[in-house]
Amino acid sequence: MIALGLFNYWAVILLMMVGFYTLIARGNLVKKLIGLNIFQTSVIMLYVSMGKVAGGTAPILVEGAEHVVYSNPIPHVLMLTAIVVGVATTALGLSLVVRINEAFGTVEDDELRDESL
Amino acid sequence: MSQHLPVLIVVVPLLLAPLAALVGNWKAAWIVAAAASWWAFGVSIALVRRVLAEGTISYEIGGWAAPYGIEYRIDLVSAFVAMIVATIGAVAIIYARTSVRAEVSEDRGALFYSAFILCFTGLLGISVTGDVFNIFVFLEVSSLSAYALIAMGQDRRALTAAYQYLIMGSVGATFIVIGIGLMYSMTGTLNIADLAERLPAVADNRTIPVAFTFLTVGITLKLALFPLHLWLPNAYTYAPSAVTAFIASTATKVAVYLLLRFFFTVFGAEFSFEQMQLDKVLMPLALVAIVTMSLVAIYQDNVKRLLAYSSVAQIGYMVLGISFASVLGVTAGILHLFNHALMKGALFMAMGCVMYRVGSVRLERMKGLGKKMPWTMAAFVGGGLSLIGVPFTVGFVSKWYLVQAALERGMWPVAAVVMFGSLLAVIYVWKVVEVAYFQEADPDDDIREAPLGLLIPTWALVIASFYFGIDATTTADIATRAAEVLLGVGP
Repeated sequence: MIALGLFNYWAVILLMMVGFYTLIARGNLVKKLIGLNIFQTSVIMLYVSMGKVAGGTAPILVEGAEHVVYSNPIPHVLMLTAIVVGVATTALGLSLVVRINEAFGTVEDDELRDESL
Repeated sequence: MSQHLPVLIVVVPLLLAPLAALVGNWKAAWIVAAAASWWAFGVSIALVRRVLAEGTISYEIGGWAAPYGIEYRIDLVSAFVAMIVATIGAVAIIYARTSVRAEVSEDRGALFYSAFILCFTGLLGISVTGDVFNIFVFLEVSSLSAYALIAMGQDRRALTAAYQYLIMGSVGATFIVIGIGLMYSMTGTLNIADLAERLPAVADNRTIPVAFTFLTVGITLKLALFPLHLWLPNAYTYAPSAVTAFIASTATKVAVYLLLRFFFTVFGAEFSFEQMQLDKVLMPLALVAIVTMSLVAIYQDNVKRLLAYSSVAQIGYMVLGISFASVLGVTAGILHLFNHALMKGALFMAMGCVMYRVGSVRLERMKGLGKKMPWTMAAFVGGGLSLIGVPFTVGFVSKWYLVQAALERGMWPVAAVVMFGSLLAVIYVWKVVEVAYFQEADPDDDIREAPLGLLIPTWALVIASFYFGIDATTTADIATRAAEVLLGVGP
C-alpha cells in the first residue's frame, strides 16, 4: 500500500524519465525542448507534492476557524518562480530554434551536424 | 547606506538592466552598463575590505529575519568571488565598447548590454546570497542571459552552440533544483547556515545522499568538469569576443564557488569527502580533464577553441585542488579561480583584438601577426606564459600551491600529472607563437595594431597577472583565510 500512497512521486519519476529520455534521444530541436519542458514540469510536481499536508488547506487565516491544518505554502510559492524560469527557458529555446531554422534551413540534429562541418 | 551594500551590489545592476534596453541607443546603453559594472566593482572592493576587517556580513532582505526571510551572507569566499566577477566585468565592459560594435549589429547593441548586465547581476547574486533557492534563481538569470549573449555571435554556429548550452545548462540547473527540493523536504529550510546546522541530524536518511548526488551532477555540468564539458568549446568559440572573455573568466568560476559552498558549507567536508567519498570521483575526473583536454587543445586550428579546451583543463586544476579537501588544496583551488580568471580573460581579449583586425582567429590567418600586431601578440604571450605556469606569473603561484597540496598528501603521481599538464600547455601556446612570430605574413593584406580601446583592457589583465604572480601575498592570504573559513578551521 505504501507504494500506492506515494503515487505522486511515481508520477514524478515517470515524467522526469520521459522528459529526460526525450531530451537525450530525439534529434529534432523542438522535440528536445518539449522533453526539457516535461523534465522541468516533473520538478514542479515534486515540490508541490512535498508541500502538501494530508487534509491540509490553503494557508489563509479565517476568523473563527481554529485548529485547521495548513499545507506548506513555501514549496508551492517556489514553484511559481520555477514556472517563470521554465517559460523563459522555453521562449528563449524556441526563438533560438526559429533562428537556427532561418540560418541552416533545418532543425534536425544530424543534418545540423553535417551543415556545421 | 553602507549597511545596505550587500544587497545594492545586486539591486543596482538589476534595475539598470531594463534601463539599458529601454534607452535603445547602443552608446547610451553602454554608459548604463559601464555604470552598473563599475558600481559593482567599487562595492565588491568595499565588501572584501569589510569582511577582512569585521568578518562575515549578514544582511536580512526587507528586514525579515533568517531563516524565514532571505539572507544575504557574505563571508570571505563570497566576497572574493564577487570581487573577481565584478573586476572582470568592469574590465570587459570597457573592452566591449569597441569589440561589440564590430561584432554585433548596432540595432542589437542596447539589448546586448542589457543581457550583459543581467548575466553580470546573476553571477554576483549567486556569490552573495545565503539562500539556496535564491542561488537557483540567480543561476537562471545569469544562464539565460548568457545563452542570449552567445547567440549574438557572428557565425551562424553561435546559434547551435547557444542552443546546446541552453539544453545542457537547463538540465544542470534542474538537477540543482531537485537537489535543493530534496534537502528542503528533509530539513524544511532553504537558508545555507540553517541547512548546515540541520543536515547532520538527517544525513543517515537516503534522501540526503540522493540530494547530494543531484547537486554534484548539476554543479559539475555548470562547471564543465570533464566529461560534462561538451557545451563549453562551441559556446566559447562562436560567442562574440567580449562575451567569451567575460564568461570564460566568470561563469565557470562561479560554478566552482557553488561547488565549494555546497560541499564545504552546506554538507560539510566530513559528509562530502568521508561519507560520500566525493574526492574519489572528483580527483580522477580532474586528472583526466587536465591531460585529455590539454591534448585535444593541441590539435585545434581555431585559437578560441584551443583556449576553450584549455579552459576545461584548467577547471581540472581547480577541482583537483578542491578534491584534496585540505586547507592547502582548497587554497590552491581558490587561488587558481582568481588567477585563471585573469589569464584567460587576457588571452580571450587578445584573440578578440585579432578578430577585430583580421576577422578570424584561425591559425592559418595569424601568420606573421607578431610583427603586425606586436602589442596584441605580446599580450597573448604574457597570458600564455601564465597558462604554462612560468615563474613570476599567476599560473606559477597556483601550480606551486597545487603541487604542495599533492605532496602534503604524499600523492606525488598527482603532482607529476600537474607538471605534465604544464608541459602540454607549452605545446599549445607554442603552436600559436610559432605561427604568429616565425611564419612570414601575407604581404598583401594590410593589418594594423588593434585600437587602444581593446589593448588597454587586455593589458590591464596581463599586467595584473604578472603583478599577482610576483607579489602573491595578498591573494594567497585571502585564499588561505577563505579556505580556512570553508573547512571550519582557524578563526
